[in-house]
Amino acid sequence: MYEKIWDEHIVHQDPAGISVVYVDCHLVHEVTSPQAFAGLRSAKRTVRCPNKTFATMDHNVSTRSKDINKIEATSRLQIETLTKNAQEFGITLYDLKNPNQGIVHVIGPELGITHPGMVIVCGDSHTSTHGAFGALAFGIGTSEVEHVLATQTLQQKKSKTMQINIDGKLGVGVTPKDIILYIIGLIGTAGGTGYVLEYAGSTIRGLSMEGRMTICNMSIEAGARAGLMAPDETTFTYIKGRRFAPQGNLWDKALTYWKTLPSDPDAKFDRVINIKASDIAPQVTWGTSPGQVTGIDGKVPDPESFQDPVARLGARNALAYMDLKPGTPMKEIKIDKVFIGSCTNGRIEDLRVAAQVVKGKKVASTVQGIVVPGSAQVRLQAEKEGLDKIFTEAGFEWRFAGCSMCLGMNDDQLSKGERCASTSNRNFEGRQGPGGRTHLMSPQMAAAAAMVGHIVDIREFS
Amino acid sequence: MKPFKKHTGIAAPLDRVNIDTDAIIPKQFLRKIDRIGFGKHLFHEWRYLDYEGTKENPEFVLNQERFRHATVLLARDNFGCGSSREHAPWAIADYGLKVLIAPSFADIFYNNCFKNEILPVALSSREVDELFQDVWANPGAKVSADLPKQKIQGPTGKEYFFKIDSFNKECLIKGLDTIAWTEQFKDKIIAFEENHTAKKPWLR
Repeated sequence: MYEKIWDEHIVHQDPAGISVVYVDCHLVHEVTSPQAFAGLRSAKRTVRCPNKTFATMDHNVSTRSKDINKIEATSRLQIETLTKNAQEFGITLYDLKNPNQGIVHVIGPELGITHPGMVIVCGDSHTSTHGAFGALAFGIGTSEVEHVLATQTLQQKKSKTMQINIDGKLGVGVTPKDIILYIIGLIGTAGGTGYVLEYAGSTIRGLSMEGRMTICNMSIEAGARAGLMAPDETTFTYIKGRRFAPQGNLWDKALTYWKTLPSDPDAKFDRVINIKASDIAPQVTWGTSPGQVTGIDGKVPDPESFQDPVARLGARNALAYMDLKPGTPMKEIKIDKVFIGSCTNGRIEDLRVAAQVVKGKKVASTVQGIVVPGSAQVRLQAEKEGLDKIFTEAGFEWRFAGCSMCLGMNDDQLSKGERCASTSNRNFEGRQGPGGRTHLMSPQMAAAAAMVGHIVDIREFS
Repeated sequence: MKPFKKHTGIAAPLDRVNIDTDAIIPKQFLRKIDRIGFGKHLFHEWRYLDYEGTKENPEFVLNQERFRHATVLLARDNFGCGSSREHAPWAIADYGLKVLIAPSFADIFYNNCFKNEILPVALSSREVDELFQDVWANPGAKVSADLPKQKIQGPTGKEYFFKIDSFNKECLIKGLDTIAWTEQFKDKIIAFEENHTAKKPWLR
């Protein structure tokens, strides 16, 4: 599938070993774009394809208020700069007042902008999310953002391919988040470096688009350039009728093409990994890298038990930062905050399952819990279904859409020493706020942790 | 961009694995609309004892007198993982680091380096480990990078050869404007677009 998409987008192959690859869709947000637009302006270049470029504001918006004046001054400047740039260069912008504003990787699929077979880029590493549709989607730096704005192409080297097959029925309480954390634990945070991952197998085919996006989203956490999944009926049903989905005759043409995209049965991959779904338990991270992860029934490992000296050093640093002792059962770790949201787990399905867990219960008195929908549309849908009531009655704060505490670039942050059960994607030192400690897990597990004040095994929770 | 061919400087050993771009430049310093001034926040959480960045952490390698003026950085596996923020190489370049040596680099970060006059060098874990030992054992000793010859010379004079993609090499050696490079294929882009949209009329 990777080769098929790659071949369809080659503009130029250079003897120097580099290809110029065409970009079908470029997503832009406020934090990684200002310098790119400034570069265009100073070189007197224009945006080559404004109609293939979409902008939103998500990283540093406040989820407490829609009022731009409530946002801290330097963040506001980035937001205002994006508004100005979008106007000047003629780009569609989903700003704070727009009913379609939201996290860039939530709104792309939601608006039907994301199609199978596309090359999609964005100045954000979690662009890999869109791979769930069978699109080749990856994050780029700001210089590359400028390159795409100016030329609608990118200079790329072809990646290697890794097929990850997951087959069988998932255990009770095991979610797509657990699948991807398990994979990262298995292959390591650099295990995917240089590769595009293709997730396949009966377990993947049985997942909803939301679940598939959760898995592709965190491909970058395994070091991969991108994650891919074969488009199928689930994909087509999701796209059909959305605002930017092909209509009428064009839908039929697109569908015919999309059906040619899945890898051929005899396709060769540079590496193949086979996983039994039944081997995966609900996962939770103990360290400061997503690969430092264990099943919920596991314990904080002893760094001295690692054979590899570099892994040992990493574990020592992680335990010191996380303030955890080797041998502590994961289920006994107390938490102060719970964050449900992000481009990994901020979609309607995530909120539904979390709401199911908390319905009729109360957030523990020692815990602050926030629920942040991934987009304004997700928020609206959740409110239609009454999920907001379930969360607020349980004691959660119900917020506006944005990246929020996933990266703590806004007013949602952990304080020094605070420990968080989080549905986001990174447990790096300081990621959710300087000195904050993050345990990554599924929405169900985070919701359950909020109820009892410590990490719990969702399979034992009632 | 200025051309980069050779560099010799003091090497600092940052003995950590998975150094992510949040550690290289924390998010609170990304709220800028220009590319300058990120160097003072490089490795902020490790480098300073206070949030404001007024009190240096004496234990952090770049705060030690022998490494304070380092222009080469040694690190462990998966350097630059995480966020795609180019603020990370901007901070590294602004601080004055020119060469990064590690067993592996994260993909997006690695690409970003070539846009910012930084040479990322991947050597084997054993070679990087040897450089760590030699840098610790020889205070003030320098490490050299020769890009045309794809060679690193350690503090003891030992040489290590590294691989680099020929296009990335050319970008640094010539200080290439990559947008201008692509613009020479403008006609090909136009022809591609016509063909692409004719074949896939549902694309915008």
